[in-house]
Amino acid sequence: MRNLRTPLSEVKGLGSAKEGTGHFWSQRLTAIALVPLVLWLCFSVAALPGMDYLSVREWLSSPFTSIMMVLFIAVAFYHARLGLQSIIEDYVGGHGGRTLAVIGVTFAGAVLAVVGVFSVLRIAFAG
Amino acid sequence: MSRPHDTRPLSPHLMHYKFPLTAMLSIGHRACGIVNSAAIVLLVIVVASAAGTPEGYGFAAALVDSWFGKLVLFGFTLTLYYHLCNGVRHLFWDVGRGLEVAMAMKSAYVCLAAALALSVITWIVAAAA
Repeated sequence: MRNLRTPLSEVKGLGSAKEGTGHFWSQRLTAIALVPLVLWLCFSVAALPGMDYLSVREWLSSPFTSIMMVLFIAVAFYHARLGLQSIIEDYVGGHGGRTLAVIGVTFAGAVLAVVGVFSVLRIAFAG
Repeated sequence: MSRPHDTRPLSPHLMHYKFPLTAMLSIGHRACGIVNSAAIVLLVIVVASAAGTPEGYGFAAALVDSWFGKLVLFGFTLTLYYHLCNGVRHLFWDVGRGLEVAMAMKSAYVCLAAALALSVITWIVAAAA
């Protein structure tokens, strides 16, 4: 089939980035995953007998809790990053500020998620 | 863009326009999303301090255990459950269901009631534990 793009648009190279629905789809997938994860987190924290140091560490060191907590932290920070990115893109004017804000949210989210996952694993494995 | 001498009000004028419930829930979804981002930051602070020394954890736990901390936690359960319920509402819309105005209004009330009920049940579980 004949290429329908104009020669100018081909030279500029500013066509589709081939990402299309990627952001939308990732946001929905993480949203679906977060339904059971949020319910688990809220109810199991509520059901803890105490919030003291030893009870919380004992709770976090059980295999099921560790796995669920690592899943929650990873998925929640990814979902938050996608949502905050949409909000920034909608409300922050100016290309530079907008890009910096998205970079900042992405980096901060990545650092916090790694700190959270590392902390859970440290409690689970190093005791 | 309004012209310099055009003093007629814009429509809908945000200071006079009464937002319908569905619009309030829509902006509330984003607002709660931002609040929930703060909630997961707090979660990481608590988990990271539990991985550290008892003294460090004691400081973080004392903040969360104060009356203000409890109030913030109750607020977080409301915003988390609201965002969750309204998110499920969005997932139904994504597959083309429930988009009629009457159904959207009905699901708005269901969503608010479910979020409130889940929060109250969670705190009843917490009080009983």
